[in-house]
Amino acid sequence: MTEVSVAKEDLVPTGELVVLKSVNKHFGALHVLQDIDLTIARGEVVVVIGPSGSGKSTLCRTINRLETVDSGSIAIDGKPLPQEGKELARLRADVGMVFQSFNLFAHKTVLENVVLGQIKVRKADRKKAEEKARTLLDRVGVSTQADKYPAQLSGGQQQRVAIARALAMDPKVMLFDEPTSALDPEMINEVLEVMQQLARDGMTMIVVTHEMGFARSAANRVVFMADGRIVEEAAPDQFFSNPRSDRAKDFLSKILHH
Amino acid sequence: MFDFLEGYDVLGAFWMTVKLTALSALGSLVWGTLLAAMRVSPVPLMRGFGTAYVNIVRNIPLTVIIVFSSLGLADVFGMTLGASDDFAAQGFRLAILGLAAYHAAFVCEAIRSGINTVPMGQAEAARAIGLSFSQTLRLVVLPQAFRSVIGPLANVLIALTKNTTVAAAIGVAEAAYLMKKMIENEAQTLLIGVVFAFGFVVLTLPTGLILGWLGKRLAVKR
Repeated sequence: MTEVSVAKEDLVPTGELVVLKSVNKHFGALHVLQDIDLTIARGEVVVVIGPSGSGKSTLCRTINRLETVDSGSIAIDGKPLPQEGKELARLRADVGMVFQSFNLFAHKTVLENVVLGQIKVRKADRKKAEEKARTLLDRVGVSTQADKYPAQLSGGQQQRVAIARALAMDPKVMLFDEPTSALDPEMINEVLEVMQQLARDGMTMIVVTHEMGFARSAANRVVFMADGRIVEEAAPDQFFSNPRSDRAKDFLSKILHH
Repeated sequence: MFDFLEGYDVLGAFWMTVKLTALSALGSLVWGTLLAAMRVSPVPLMRGFGTAYVNIVRNIPLTVIIVFSSLGLADVFGMTLGASDDFAAQGFRLAILGLAAYHAAFVCEAIRSGINTVPMGQAEAARAIGLSFSQTLRLVVLPQAFRSVIGPLANVLIALTKNTTVAAAIGVAEAAYLMKKMIENEAQTLLIGVVFAFGFVVLTLPTGLILGWLGKRLAVKR
């Protein structure tokens, strides 16, 4: 692992990478995303928090169109999300995604999980792809597990492999959909450390999480969602010490004081 | 006791059964997989075709399909699969076509149930790294689906082995065809039945055992 000690204040975010404009989505009668406007700059780490059912995961999944939206527009690096097809697949390759339930390919070894996309999507040759996969697995600290199957790994290890799999595509932005929510408490930190490192290295990240410690230390901005709306956006220090909205005050009082 | 077997090529007849089984199994596996892919595809037209095919074909008696292949396709439409003069080869090929078309419907449904055992997250993860629909299906979903339905596919294969006897209806000289001829000519009808029944058990029993073992060995651990 190479330590890159750049304080996050030094990284001046340049240019808009992800832009959501008045995005709306319904699940039947439930209006799960209501007029969402959100802009994420290159190199920015945005943490999305909020109570369950507030639409944060859905928001995260609309950004690579795993969920379609009813109205509004989403653009990544200036390009609006295309319809399902080759165009969309190409764009998804540029957007890394890490799931709550890891979703490693169960029939492939750890190494093959990280190699697959490089060969089939990026058309890399096998030797180079394996080299890169081993480097990435080393970076997330699971290089010794390369030849095992996902089911033989702990949750924390699986999630770190999933991060390596996403990084293998050289994504412009990484989406994390509650990456530590399915983990045993003692495995949460090993995953958060990898994410901290990524943030320090300047990766653009959108992180849906309940880990307030991570939000405080790694985020440039905290987005607080409730009932399908973005209620508050602020720098982490400001948000946690001095939330403006009542909804955020109520939420923080429930999770921070006990 | 088995004198009545003299002058009959029982092994040759069973060899024909094996050839029919192997070729139509291959055909139905390929066609059934394609049908399953259609049934889960995002294109409504393909989904509709897959559903209609399965529901129509699996509800028609196999005898009707095989006889239609011969009388309908060959005699009326002149579709002889490149064997217009050689009636034995023509019957053989048409029987394979009919058997494959029929059993593909069952293969499709077995594979589709296998696809349903693969968690949604697997396909989502595949799409998230930029794999197309067909790559997702070929590289991630189907390999896992197949492993979970080796048992049900073995059932289809066993049924197919026994259903090849229907090919006798259009004069393909396989085991059941020979059995009928022997019963007409020989006195030991019961023994003839036993011999042919035993022959089929010899063919199908190992199929079930081997594929059952393979299914357990290849099961995807989650």
